Amino acid sequence: MTTQAILQLVLYVAALALLAKLLGGYLARVFSGERTFADPVLAPVERTIYRLTGVDPQREMPWTTYAFALLAFSLFSVLALYLLQRVQGSLPLNPAGQGNVPPHLAFNTAVSFTTNTNWQSYLPEATVSHLTQMAGLTVQNFVSAAAGIAIAVALVRGLARHSAKAIGNFWVDLTRAVLWVLLPVAFVLALIFVSQGVVQNLDAPRQITTLPGEVQTIAQGPVASQEAIKMFGTNGGGFFNANSAHPFENPTPLTNLLQMLTIFAIPAGLTAMFGRMVGNPRQGWTVFGVMLALFLVGAVLTTVFEQQGNPRFPDAVDQRASASQAGGNMEGKETRFGISASALFATITTAASCGAVNAMHDAFTPLGGLVLLNNIAVGEVIFGGVGAGLYGFLIFAMLAVFIAGLMVGRTPEYIGKKIEPREMTFVTLTILVVPLLILGLTAIALVTERGLLGPLNPGPHGLTEVLYAYTSGAGNNGSAFAGLNANSNFYATTLGIAMLGGRFLMIVPILAVAGSLAAKKRVAATAGTFPTTGLLFGGLLCGVILIVAALTFFPAYALGPIVEHLMLRAGS
Amino acid sequence: MMQPIPNGPVPPETFERPEKRADVQRALFDPEMVRPALRAAVRKLDPRLMARNPVMFVVEIGSVIVSVLLLQELWRAILGNAGDLLFLAQLTMWLWFTVLFASFAEALAEGRGKAQADSLRRTRTETVARRLLEDGTTELVPASALRSGDVVRVEAGELIPNDGEVIGGVAFVSEAAITGESAPVLKEPGTDIRSSVTGGTQVISDWLLIRITAEPGASFLDRMIALVEGSARRKTPNELALTILLSGLTIVFLVVTVTLRPLAIYSGAQISTAVLIALLVTLIPTTIGGLLSAIGIAGMDRLVRKNVLALSGRAVEAAGDVDVLLLDKTGTITYGNRMAAELLPAEGHSLEELTRAALLASLADETPEGKSIVALAQRSGVAASDGLPAGVESIPFTAETRVSGIRSDGHETIKGAADAVAARVGHASAEVGQIVATISQQGGTPLVVADGHDVLGVIYLKDTVKPGMRERFEELRRMGIRTVMITGDNPLTARTIADEAGVDDFVAEAKPEDKLRIIREHQAEGRLVAMTGDGTNDAPALAQSDVGVAMHTGTAAAKEAGNMVDLDSDPTKLIDIVAIGKQLLITRGALTTFSIANDVAKYFAIIPALFVATYPELDALNIMRLNSPKSAILAAVIFNALIIVALIPIALRGVTYRPLGAAAILRRNLLVYGLGGLCVPFVGIKLIDLILAATGLA
Repeated sequence: MTTQAILQLVLYVAALALLAKLLGGYLARVFSGERTFADPVLAPVERTIYRLTGVDPQREMPWTTYAFALLAFSLFSVLALYLLQRVQGSLPLNPAGQGNVPPHLAFNTAVSFTTNTNWQSYLPEATVSHLTQMAGLTVQNFVSAAAGIAIAVALVRGLARHSAKAIGNFWVDLTRAVLWVLLPVAFVLALIFVSQGVVQNLDAPRQITTLPGEVQTIAQGPVASQEAIKMFGTNGGGFFNANSAHPFENPTPLTNLLQMLTIFAIPAGLTAMFGRMVGNPRQGWTVFGVMLALFLVGAVLTTVFEQQGNPRFPDAVDQRASASQAGGNMEGKETRFGISASALFATITTAASCGAVNAMHDAFTPLGGLVLLNNIAVGEVIFGGVGAGLYGFLIFAMLAVFIAGLMVGRTPEYIGKKIEPREMTFVTLTILVVPLLILGLTAIALVTERGLLGPLNPGPHGLTEVLYAYTSGAGNNGSAFAGLNANSNFYATTLGIAMLGGRFLMIVPILAVAGSLAAKKRVAATAGTFPTTGLLFGGLLCGVILIVAALTFFPAYALGPIVEHLMLRAGS
Repeated sequence: MMQPIPNGPVPPETFERPEKRADVQRALFDPEMVRPALRAAVRKLDPRLMARNPVMFVVEIGSVIVSVLLLQELWRAILGNAGDLLFLAQLTMWLWFTVLFASFAEALAEGRGKAQADSLRRTRTETVARRLLEDGTTELVPASALRSGDVVRVEAGELIPNDGEVIGGVAFVSEAAITGESAPVLKEPGTDIRSSVTGGTQVISDWLLIRITAEPGASFLDRMIALVEGSARRKTPNELALTILLSGLTIVFLVVTVTLRPLAIYSGAQISTAVLIALLVTLIPTTIGGLLSAIGIAGMDRLVRKNVLALSGRAVEAAGDVDVLLLDKTGTITYGNRMAAELLPAEGHSLEELTRAALLASLADETPEGKSIVALAQRSGVAASDGLPAGVESIPFTAETRVSGIRSDGHETIKGAADAVAARVGHASAEVGQIVATISQQGGTPLVVADGHDVLGVIYLKDTVKPGMRERFEELRRMGIRTVMITGDNPLTARTIADEAGVDDFVAEAKPEDKLRIIREHQAEGRLVAMTGDGTNDAPALAQSDVGVAMHTGTAAAKEAGNMVDLDSDPTKLIDIVAIGKQLLITRGALTTFSIANDVAKYFAIIPALFVATYPELDALNIMRLNSPKSAILAAVIFNALIIVALIPIALRGVTYRPLGAAAILRRNLLVYGLGGLCVPFVGIKLIDLILAATGLA
């Protein structure tokens, strides 16, 4: 790693830890209904919303009602977004004159944005109107993120409460997440982005004549307002097809750093919130530490692999980093960002289920690409999506506690809650979902005629392209490996299934766990209690997360990136 | 507490001592146990039984499919189109062995229980009972015809036909058949504890009238047989949770192997169904799946060997979780008898003088206190004559005089309470009064000794803590378990004993109903409480506690209320019970970890073997440098089967358990079973591969 890469990483981690601490305390206050500095402005707005919608904020819900409210809300969101795309041609704010989005694409996009995936089978500049971008996609960027936060908060309440029937009110959690957390930060962030040169207008694409004399169409629109929440809500759906590699989305090193920080901000903050809400900040910091360790391993590996470059280049090609060049494997990377900022961004965006990209993951070295793929495949728990990262992680924590807890001779318990058959049933269900979707759909795609039309490369790399797509979908990441033509009925539908399954087949059992935990009595901690803070448990958790993913995906990795790497090295 | 009854029946001297249950213990792989276990293992292949164990059920289905493939291949070979029969035959054989080894482990565990059940059952057969009719005469009926409420008369030498309550007669009963304890116990009507009798025990003196309290087939002995045999066994909550997780893992690996074929087809590789099944069987957690039920049965069995019957497996698991032990002071922590601890001479008298007088005053005293004084005197080197010297008469203790001792030629040597002795000798000593007050303050009992009119000093009697208790409580503290002593004594006495025994807390002046309150308080704070009890007034507390161990000498009500019965009636057994509960859970966790960690090596054996023909570069993953793809696959399957057999001793005996804090235990077990689980199969598979290559089997 170059000095610059190391410095960047250190600076990033320091800023992240600070953010986590600040945001964690704030989030805990917001979701415990305590006073915050923003109350004078926001509380009246909140009250008005409840009055208009008829929500009783005092009435808490059992997990079934909570899940039902969430599913109903998501279904409504999918339908509304689908409809908006299907009729956008006859609606205002369409200066580029985009037609109605075709059904399979509208379905895929509607599912993609309501599941916080933001997989983009569509080409934004050529498909969606400003109205769809603003009233459809950006709105979903806010509420799908808020829904994720709500579920995480509900699960944390399940651990924090005892002998309780309810886990909170979905509508209140959703509203507070948007009003107190997402809107204010996104607003400020958008202004900073504008100051750095991110576009924000409602104009039609502009035709310009370039220096060589050719005519080029430059798309523009309300970019900054969507860009802020795209990062902060770990959504990742770009205004432009090139996403954060586009100078209108990510113009400067400052915006690049801010984008990387805002991706991890809420997921990291939620770990600290968790510690505070269960009354033991060390529990939160242990989660943060494990996530950070797994992230750092990925970041360092990716950077090293990318910096090493391509072994097949002739010796005459200088791949070393120097003052005048970034060196390494620069294929598919922005020269503005170089190796270190691209590798770090890619690690962050895959670790968190963001999916925004500032480089083409398809063009990473096989092992670099493997790290990115594995970041998603472990279940989006390395910070992960807003809310999704924490709730997925806590499920792994319960799994680790279950196996290791037995080894200390007690019924396993986490945060004073016994992990019994009911919890294990739901934990097991959530662990089944991701392998079933990823491997099942990949297998189907690789042996069906229409599936085989997708990958642009043959052999192991083609396998990786397909595997990555479904991993990205099921993990609700949304980043594309590229090199896969996903704009077909087959891929739009199967990826839609992956995204829906990856979101809702996880959420329902997780809310069931929350409900079941909330109803339990709390067990007092003694010297015989298995400690769920500190290095030993942290190391164990890392091991469980990595081994579960490795055991599930090793055969597929072996036939994809690993064999590709070995072939590359062997020169065949 | 049992106390000698002065004028009761005398236990017969010549009583045939039956084999104690401990004698039934056998070596782990005793051929006498192994042979029936092997037969049972084959019977357990019945898919209806196997379906109870999802992991092994999948292996069995896989074995059936591979067997069919083998038959097909045989048919082709007959037609002259020979494939690789040797490989397929070996694969089939080892897959069946995998299933067989797992059911063998279960059968072996069950067999150990069955041996004990059989010895119990022998005592139950062919009992004829003498039922009392309304006109006072008796009729002979088979024991199985007795209903609850019937009254029977049981004479010396006869077996008590069923559980009941003594309503007439006094007799000694041998409970050896159930408890393994040869000393007979006295039974008589009208007392809480001594009135309850158990079916299958034998009256060995006099006779008893017994009102039967259990329906046929529902006696304590029946329940006991069902328990040790494992027929009443149901999956415990934790076992169920683990089974769910293992089933989930099995499904994940099923998905991995099923989807591997399309991935292979895309990559241009051919994988046969047999090899895919081999991969599946090696990946799914067969090690823990195969041993899980054996671990549970063996855990119960270990309790039975300690002479404790758990009425449910749930209770054994709960024992591992216990946070608080409620212990009765008397009988559990202390002997319950006040024993002479020290002799304190008054001024002007030597210690030897006092010792001699104390010894003389106690020679005729048959109470435990008196005997302890004699013992103390002898320890300090004063010789005692055997029995009373001639011409000496004893002064027995009476409620009126409250002193005891001897009289020789009108000269009295006596001991007794300070005021009683003062009244007898006619004066009180201020100095002795001081000593008496000090002893009382420390919770002890002072006995003043007088020789003639001289007050020589004071005997310090105190309740003695059993040896080793402090160490055991220290051990419990390291395990994170608090000990609370319950006593009816005043706070002062209670504190003295509590400090001496090293308990964490005590409750003084406790009434029986206080136990219930204390348990509820602890439970409200989220703690699990264990206790022992024997009396009927303990029953509510036993029922409320998470682990309630009833003493077998206790009443039927207590035994009903608790979830364990200690046949030795030894309250300190609680500590062993907790250790067994923990050991059971640890064994499960350790083997689960081991099983999952094993998979890493198996991948490195099988994945390169599967695809090296298509991608020669993948040979880089063959880090064990296995001989050939076929020997790699076979080696993994064989290792997977043999490891089950290799771990049977651990499953049956339990992993080594040391009373340490949770973090220390975890660190140790992670190292042994986690890291060990990662490394062992690399070595094992490589060795098997070498053998296969050397013998030309693959």
